Amino acid sequence: MKASFLLVPLAAFLNTSLVHAAGDAENGRLQYMSRCIACHSIDVSLAGPAHRGVFGAKAGSVAGFDYSPALRKSKVIWNERTLDQWLRNPEQFIPGQKMGYSVSDAKNREDLIAYLKTQTRR
Amino acid sequence: MLLAGRDASAASSTKSGAADVGILNVALGLEHQGINAYTLGAQSGLLQKPVLDIALKFQADHKVHRDLLIGAIGKLGGKAVEEKSLDMYAKALNASQLKTQADVLKLALSLELGATNAYLSVVPSFKDHALAQVAARLAADEVAHWAILNNALGLPLPAAMLFGA
Repeated sequence: MKASFLLVPLAAFLNTSLVHAAGDAENGRLQYMSRCIACHSIDVSLAGPAHRGVFGAKAGSVAGFDYSPALRKSKVIWNERTLDQWLRNPEQFIPGQKMGYSVSDAKNREDLIAYLKTQTRR
Repeated sequence: MLLAGRDASAASSTKSGAADVGILNVALGLEHQGINAYTLGAQSGLLQKPVLDIALKFQADHKVHRDLLIGAIGKLGGKAVEEKSLDMYAKALNASQLKTQADVLKLALSLELGATNAYLSVVPSFKDHALAQVAARLAADEVAHWAILNNALGLPLPAAMLFGA
């Protein structure tokens, strides 16, 4: 029996899973504009630190930003898992933080993370 | 300046007061940005009356918020975060990309939505409940701004439970 008949549904499954896992960066940008820009920007630290290059960076590492002691001491590296946990409940993830803002919807978090991933260092 | 008509209670412990000061300073940073965003909008020459008058009124509201937050931080013995330069806010907000009145209003709309959500989000975090109430009142001002801007842009009415989600 040829296994090729499995390839189309398998590919469809993988494609769906990858799209879901990857998140929608454009919706993430819209989420960023409606949720984040009051305190953050990509290239300038404001009430919150700048986000360029955040994916893969160590927490509390943007030069010149006045982090809480909790963030400065944290050894967290921002990736999909840690950003998801942080955005879901910052105080639970890193107690003593001062952001306080959370994103309750899992899809919105996923899309935000997908957008942040695109904001790489120049 | 007293908060909500009564003195915000002194922190029951230094640690909780410091935590509240941290949150208040994040809020103050947000207000500094809002004030400067409206300055950028007004100086852009893109806003026509009466929209310009509304933008300046909203900016004046943010200055009231700013002064209230500075007072609260001072009462708790904290140091208020300082405003950044107008150029920094211009860079952060990509002000050079603003080409029309609608562009300015959309940016203001995003900022007011962000501010509303930020205030609603920190309400449970305050150790002092009087400050939590102030945060809720600040959120109410921001959402009033948002609603007027939303209407000025001709955008649809918001879904229920949009804010603070």
